[in-house]
Amino acid sequence: MHEWALAEAVVSAVSDTAEKEGLRKVSVVNLKMGELQQIDVGIFRFALSQLFSGKLKDAKVHISRTRARLKCRKCGHAWSFDKKKLDESEREAIHFVPEIAHVYVRCPSCRSPDFEVERGRGVWILSIEGEKEA
Amino acid sequence: MSDPRTAIIGERLKTVKSVIAVSSGKGGVGKSFVASVLALSLARKGCAVGFLDLDFTSPSSHVILDVGKQLPKEEKGLVPPIVHGLRYMSVVYYSAGRATPLRGSEATDVLVELLAVTKWGKLDYLVLDMPPGLGDVTLDLLRFVGGVKFLVVTTPSKLAFETVRKLLDLLKEAKVAVLGVVENMKADDSTWIKGQVERMGIPYLGTIPYDSKIEENIGDIEGLLRTRFGEATSELSGKIEASP
Repeated sequence: MHEWALAEAVVSAVSDTAEKEGLRKVSVVNLKMGELQQIDVGIFRFALSQLFSGKLKDAKVHISRTRARLKCRKCGHAWSFDKKKLDESEREAIHFVPEIAHVYVRCPSCRSPDFEVERGRGVWILSIEGEKEA
Repeated sequence: MSDPRTAIIGERLKTVKSVIAVSSGKGGVGKSFVASVLALSLARKGCAVGFLDLDFTSPSSHVILDVGKQLPKEEKGLVPPIVHGLRYMSVVYYSAGRATPLRGSEATDVLVELLAVTKWGKLDYLVLDMPPGLGDVTLDLLRFVGGVKFLVVTTPSKLAFETVRKLLDLLKEAKVAVLGVVENMKADDSTWIKGQVERMGIPYLGTIPYDSKIEENIGDIEGLLRTRFGEATSELSGKIEASP
């Protein structure tokens, strides 16, 4: 249920933005979810549905999923994250703290742990839509 | 596009009365020992204390405190296990004792992630074991954790204090609260560090003697608290409790 904590963060951030932008109601929340963190979308959506209230009560959530793309800083090789190459405890550790990938993942070309997560790390808010206060 | 995690950090720390960053400009001055034994001493005085090791690439507090194999529980976030009376959190739970090579931006992400998902509950103190210097974690802490107070550790060395002075200057400029400076590994009667600290208008919190016994008490909580280091750090915890 680590997903719950991330859902709370989304609710907090969306509420802050709605307040700043003078929205009386949030209708759509567009999220991007990176593969590296291996978030259970079902649990995450359930948590959001339980946490949405007030201005967010009727908001729809659109989630676009992004494959994790890693690029070696040493040799320049780029590759896609493949969780099947990790054992369960390694996958779980990366789920809790995605940067732990640097402990368990190596560049397939030169074995360096010094790589960049070019995309697909975790949860991002792309945009929110709503109705302005009169 | 925005990162939602930073929006929840204030909420997560709302139940924490005081966040204390044990910091220094230099490595090797005993930050982790001071942070660990300070946290234990505060807990022994009946305070609710959390401990977060922010030295992600070179953590050592888990060895000092012999934290064992309990893992954080998943309860709508991560609830750190209670270790010797402390709610203890570190990346070591996830790194399996292996090297954790991280660049600055990656350390920032670890910091934000841990602050966003860790559920501390009610604490009197959250003690942070900081990495040395003025790098990303120190700057990000100032960015994301309002109200953090710094306890700065130096040794009697002029070289150590040269870096500590820069940290103190930065904190002063950023208007960050400094509880004071503690002089660790003290082996003589010199008052040079005390004079330098007081000239900067910062509280000098006293000395912790050089203690050759501390190494043999690593991982032995009662033994650590009984050393001269432990006794001096316990005195320091009294001063921290008395600080505004």
